[in-house]
Amino acid sequence: MGAAFDTIAFKASLCDGCGDCMTTCAEVKQGASRIDIVPGATENAFELAICRQCGDPKCAMVCPSGALAKDGGSGVIGWDSDKCVDCLLCTAGCAFGGIAVDPSVARVAKCDQCGGDPACVKSCPTGALEFRKAGSLYREYGDKEDLFVPGLSGCLGCNSELIMRHAMRKIGRNAVLATPPGCIPGMGSVGYNGKTGTKVPVFHPLLTNTASMLAGIRRYYDKIGRKDIVVMALAGDGGTADCGFHAVSGAAERGEKILYICVDNEGYMNTGMQRSGTTPYGSWTSTTPVGEHMKGKTQDAKNLPMIMAAHKCRYVATASTGYMEDLYDKLDRAIEASFEGFAYLHIYSPCPTGWRIPSNKVIDACRMSVETNFVTLWEYTPATGIRFTRSPDNALPITAYVKMIGKYRHLSQEQLDHIQAKVDEQVALLRIMAAESPPPPPAHRPPAPLSAPAGSDSSQPSLRREISRN
Amino acid sequence: MPDVKYLLVGSSHAALEALRSIRHFDPDGSMAMVTRDAQLPYSPTILPYVVSGRSKPDAVLLRDQAFFEANACAFVPNATATGLDAKARSVTLANGQSWRYQRLLIATGAAPAIPPVKGIETVRFHVLRSLDDAQGLRSAMGGSRHAVVLGAGLVGLHAAENMAEAGLSVSVVEMQSHVLPGYFDAKASERIEAAFTAHGVKLHLGCKVLAVEARDGGHSCAVHLEDGRVLQADLLLVATGVKPATDWLAGSGVQLDRGVLVDETMRTTVADVWAAGDVAQATDFHTGKPALIGIIPTAVEQGRIAGQGMAGDPYLKAYPGGIPINTYRFFGRVALSIGQAAARDGVEVSENEDDGYRRLVLSDNRLVGYASIDEPFDVGIMGELIRRKVDLSAVKDSFIARPVETGRRLMSEQWR
Ligand SMILES: Cc1cc2nc3c(=O)[nH]c(=O)nc-3n(C[C@H](O)[C@H](O)[C@H](O)COP(=O)(O)OP(=O)(O)OC[C@H]3O[C@@H](n4cnc5c(N)ncnc54)[C@H](O)[C@@H]3O)c2cc1C
Ligand code: SF4
Repeated sequence: MGAAFDTIAFKASLCDGCGDCMTTCAEVKQGASRIDIVPGATENAFELAICRQCGDPKCAMVCPSGALAKDGGSGVIGWDSDKCVDCLLCTAGCAFGGIAVDPSVARVAKCDQCGGDPACVKSCPTGALEFRKAGSLYREYGDKEDLFVPGLSGCLGCNSELIMRHAMRKIGRNAVLATPPGCIPGMGSVGYNGKTGTKVPVFHPLLTNTASMLAGIRRYYDKIGRKDIVVMALAGDGGTADCGFHAVSGAAERGEKILYICVDNEGYMNTGMQRSGTTPYGSWTSTTPVGEHMKGKTQDAKNLPMIMAAHKCRYVATASTGYMEDLYDKLDRAIEASFEGFAYLHIYSPCPTGWRIPSNKVIDACRMSVETNFVTLWEYTPATGIRFTRSPDNALPITAYVKMIGKYRHLSQEQLDHIQAKVDEQVALLRIMAAESPPPPPAHRPPAPLSAPAGSDSSQPSLRREISRN
Repeated sequence: MPDVKYLLVGSSHAALEALRSIRHFDPDGSMAMVTRDAQLPYSPTILPYVVSGRSKPDAVLLRDQAFFEANACAFVPNATATGLDAKARSVTLANGQSWRYQRLLIATGAAPAIPPVKGIETVRFHVLRSLDDAQGLRSAMGGSRHAVVLGAGLVGLHAAENMAEAGLSVSVVEMQSHVLPGYFDAKASERIEAAFTAHGVKLHLGCKVLAVEARDGGHSCAVHLEDGRVLQADLLLVATGVKPATDWLAGSGVQLDRGVLVDETMRTTVADVWAAGDVAQATDFHTGKPALIGIIPTAVEQGRIAGQGMAGDPYLKAYPGGIPINTYRFFGRVALSIGQAAARDGVEVSENEDDGYRRLVLSDNRLVGYASIDEPFDVGIMGELIRRKVDLSAVKDSFIARPVETGRRLMSEQWR
């Protein structure tokens, strides 16, 4: 299994050049900052110089003393101050300015990710810097058995396939899986020619009876004393919100001990992209076309996870593959809850084919859906009520999300306003419901719209300038 | 006869990088690294620090035995190659053993070039290229008072500083009119020269050595200069340059010029034989002509390309040509240079002496060289600007005013 590592990510669009990260780094490291924000091409653009902890670090290959080496566990290029002879050859190896001279000691200095908890990230007020831990997740789960066959025939860039494979790796072999009609069985998870596409028992219920069948299976396992099996569904939004809803609602109301994962791609995608109850207002689908008179769907989506929370299930949560750590946490809690009652996990799943998103932009779309509050991340238990796991404060306008998605290309200003109002209304409602529960980690402040014109020749050199000059 | 798919001769930067790039593509092909050294790999560049005592000889090794085991490569020390039979695909060693190969890398680096000075064969002198040399020089320093260094290149200056710091009286003789010729322009060199003078090192620049002569029963020697002066030395260090270590290739059919001739993917003129590093004569980025650029960054880059070619890696890219790079420390200070940093003709030069000294050389609004004293910059970033011939027209003013900041910005934009 190849290596993957956690990384400090930089979102330039959020950076307003405040320089807090550099101040913090310089303080923590007692020397020059190892992260350098420099003025970019326009007045409000900023660029970053930092060690990228390369996979094949050229700094290390040109070092004559053996002072630099990539750590196999953390991926950090470590610097051994005893071995280093200060020749500075490493600065010739690096194309990013990631290892540079600290003038206070006339030695090289580089980012070490603060041992896995980078101070710069914590000090960034806008969220432009983020410590992404997908690498750790990959290392933890990458070696675990993939419980689907290779070569499922999902579309290029399919987010649902990602969700299935991740979820089952985490859940493991001790599961019985229902995959009602939809993309998930359609891409081959139920198998061909009498063989299943999974390495766990899988079956293909009707759209209408998934939750009922699972309830029966769980009761049988309870009867024979098998308490260790995860009885679960990977279902689409149609089978959950529309034609299967009565079964889901009934099972939830009865408190059946089931893990029900709804993979919401906002429509009946495998049969030709028809609208469903979770298709958002304004969306193009094949049954809500865009033409002279019709301009996409005219009704709002129902908020299924909120409806499930109203069932007082043992556990309800929303999740997105743009936020993997959050998704994995919620999977843990959902699995545990499914041995005690109904656990419902709603995972939003942008569909490159049906939504008209380039396949390489799907995860970007996931993240943007959350950053605009189009999707909110929260969880519910009867004891704690609803609790945001990511703050909905300081969200971007929904246009930032909508413009990434082809199915919204036709939207008029009126329709955009409608969507924004709907998003605001949903968030306001969730806020009321979440008022009693502990707050999520605070949101980042939005970038200052007009920062000091750092690119110009100001007479007062900023800290940024000092540091970047070495 | 031992038989391997990949045989690497030499165990320094070029060979190590070739190993890495072969393993990137071919994890299992049998491999051996044979080397003249008795030790695990180390870099010649570390030697001044062994001479000064800052680095302990056993703490400068670049790889351990476990590395070779993990990479399924046999490491064969004390194995000096003496001949290559390209038809039989075998390399003969001094101990009589032969190794057969399917693909061979010549990475034997360079050896000190001894100038044809009259009497040189009659006196005891030191060179600095191997750990043994370094340890020999270090112990000789202990019992000496007057040192003469021939050559004011990197090796000569490093050793001169070591010896001056150890309390010896040191003279450096250099034929050219400035130290580190080629890397720095006169203004930069003068700053370095002043530092040496301030530390008591006598520099004899623009000065030729006519002859050396043993004195004191061979315990010391006299160095006769062109201008008639005579320097007394109980320690003589010859550091007048290096020549590629190609002796063992005589008669092999591998075509040699000043070094082993290679094409743009480091192949020699003989099938299945590659060469990389100081031993190879590849091209110069600036002129496109064959050149010897004996520095670690070129050794590493050539090693990588050779390794890719040897392993059949389809991502092989042609060598763009070597760019001179010098990161030099003297008495704790910093001197850096990359590219055509000393060029004067047909280029646009911007010098700045506000803090330290920096000299930017542009041609057609593109960076072609950069040198500085006491004002560090990101050598790697400037190297990319030079290599990619990045058009700086749009940012020229800020680049000239704040080259480090602007360089970082440009590279961040490139790599977003
Ligand atoms: C004192 C000093 C300071 C330097 N400072 C710098 C610097 O600051 N920056 C910089 O970039 N470069 C510097 N260099 C140059 C740099 O060290 C070389 O460019 C680099 O080591 C070249 O690597 P290489 O792998 O090509 O060859 P080498 O490092 O020369 O290694 C050659 C290898 O081949 C082996 N070998 C030789 N002949 C045989 C044979 N016949 N059979 C088997 N094995 C053989 C040797 O034992 C050695 O392992 C310096 C060099 C010296 C000596
Ligand atoms: S400055 Fe230190 S870490 Fe960098 S190349 Fe030289 S010895 Fe290695």
